[in-house]
Amino acid sequence: MYIFIQQVINGLTIGSIFALIALGYTMVYGTMKFINFAHGDLVALSAFVGLTIYTTVVSSFSNSIIAILISLIITIVIISIIGYLLERIAYRPLRKAPRLSAVVSALGAGMVFQNAIMLIWGPNPHYYPADIIPNKIWHFGDSVISLIQILILLLSFFIMIGLYILVNKTRTGRAIRAAAINQDAARLMGINVDAIIVIIFALGSTLGAVGGMFLGMFYRGITFNMGWNYGISAFVAAIIGGIGNIPGAMLGGIFLGLFNSLIAGYISSTWADAFTYILLILILIFKPTGILGERVAEKV
Amino acid sequence: MKTKDVLLEIKDLKVSYGHISALKGISLKVYPSEIVAIIGSNGAGKTTTLRTISGLIKAQSGEINYRGHELTKIPAHKIVPLGISQSPEGRLVFGTITVENNLKLGAYSLKKIDYARMEWVYELFPRLKERKNQLAGTLSGGEQQMLAIGRSLMCNPEMLLLDEPSLGLAPILVKLIFKAIKEISKQGVTVLIVEQNARAALRLSDRGYVLEVGNIVEYGNSEELLKSKKIQEAYLGKKKQNQLI
Repeated sequence: MYIFIQQVINGLTIGSIFALIALGYTMVYGTMKFINFAHGDLVALSAFVGLTIYTTVVSSFSNSIIAILISLIITIVIISIIGYLLERIAYRPLRKAPRLSAVVSALGAGMVFQNAIMLIWGPNPHYYPADIIPNKIWHFGDSVISLIQILILLLSFFIMIGLYILVNKTRTGRAIRAAAINQDAARLMGINVDAIIVIIFALGSTLGAVGGMFLGMFYRGITFNMGWNYGISAFVAAIIGGIGNIPGAMLGGIFLGLFNSLIAGYISSTWADAFTYILLILILIFKPTGILGERVAEKV
Repeated sequence: MKTKDVLLEIKDLKVSYGHISALKGISLKVYPSEIVAIIGSNGAGKTTTLRTISGLIKAQSGEINYRGHELTKIPAHKIVPLGISQSPEGRLVFGTITVENNLKLGAYSLKKIDYARMEWVYELFPRLKERKNQLAGTLSGGEQQMLAIGRSLMCNPEMLLLDEPSLGLAPILVKLIFKAIKEISKQGVTVLIVEQNARAALRLSDRGYVLEVGNIVEYGNSEELLKSKKIQEAYLGKKKQNQLI
C-alpha cells in the first residue's frame, strides 16, 4: 500500500508540472489550431535561465525560498518576452499559411532554442543545487512527501486556479474564448485578436517557465535536450485531456503524471514512456476528442 | 430622402480574392436612420461588401467613408467602437459559450456592460432570455439568428450590418426577425441589410441596391424596385408575361 501512496504523491507532483506545460500547448492550439512544438524547448530554456538567475541572486538573499520566487518571476518575464518574439517572428508571418507550415516553423524554432541552450550553457548536464529548498520530509506511514513536492503542488494549484478565473470570469478571458472559437466573429465584437494571441503566448510561456524551473528543482539535473521529452509528455497530456480545452490540459497532466508513476512503481520505470504512448494510442482510438474534448455541435 | 450628411459612403470599391474579383467598383450611400437593402443572388458580392465595411477583408481600391473615417484603413476591432456592428453570415455565435456571455461579448468594445441594453435585447427576443444560461450552440437556427442580432446590438451601434438574417429560417421566424429589425430601426439605428430574400428585404427597407456579380446594376426606392419588372423577373420569382402567351 505504501508504494501506492508514494507513487500517487510523486505522480501528482510530476502531473502538475505536466499540466502547467500542457496548458501552453492547449491554449495555442485552441486559438491558432497548430501545435507549438517549440514549447518544450522553451520550457528547457526556462530551466537554464532560472538556474542561472538563481545562482546569481541567491547570495543576496538569506532565505532561499525568496531567492527562488525572485528567480521565478525574473525567468517568467524573460521567457514571456521570448515567447512573444517566437510568435512575432516564427508564427505571425504564417498566420494565413496552411497550418503545416506553422508546425514546421515550430519544429525549427524548437531546434533553434535547443542549440542556443547548448551554445550558451554547453552540452553537459547542469544541476540545481541540492539545498535549493530545505530538505524537509514528512512521513505518512511508510510514504514520504518532501517540502519541494508540497511547494510544487501548492504553486501549481494556485496558478491553475488563477488561470481558470482569468479565462472564465474576466472580460479578457471571454475575449480569449471568443477568439478561440472564431477569430472573425471575435473581431466583429471589437476584439483585437492579435493582442489576444500575444496574451496567449505570454501566458503559455509563463506557465512553461514555471514548469521548467519546477522540473529543475524536482529532478535537479537539466540538459539542453530535455525539452523534447517533457514537451512530448505534456503534449500527450494535452491530447488526453482534449486538446484546446484548458481544464482538459490540467486534468490530462495530472492523469498522465499518476499513470506514469504508477506504471513506474508497479511495472517498471523503463517502461513508463512506452505505456504513455500505448495510452495515447488507446485514447486516440477510443476517445479521440480526449477526456473533456467534447464540443457542442455548431448548428448552421 | 435626406440628401445631406451621408452616414456611410462607398466609392468605387474594388475587392478581390486572389485573381477573382468579387466587387468590381461599387458605390453606395447610406443616410442616418434609414434601412438600406442590398439584394442579389449567391456570389454577387453582398457578403464581401459587408465584410469589407467591417474591416475583415482588405479593399483593393476605393473608399468607404463613415463620418469622416476612412474604414478601408482601419482594422476590424477599431471599426466596432466607431459605431458599426455586424451580425455576420452564418450567425457565427460562440457555440461553446452561454447565450448571456455571447451578449456580454457583444458589449466588449464598451469596456462596461450595459445591462439595461441587455434587457432591451431580451425584450426584443424573449426566447433568448429563457435560454440565457444555455450554450449558444444548443440553440435552434432561428434562436441563433436572434442571438447574432442581439449580440451585435450590445455595443450600442449607430449602424447595424445584417448579413442574410433570413437564411435557412422558416417563414414564421423570418417574419419575427424582420419585425425585430423594424423595431431596432425605430430606435434610430441605421440598418444595412444584405438578403437573398429580395421581397422581404425590399418590403422592410427604404431603399435598395441590386448587386450582380460584383456590380450594382440597379438602385432606388424599395417600393419602386418591388414594382420594377426586371427585378420581379430576376429576384421575385414572377414569370415573364410574354413567355406565357
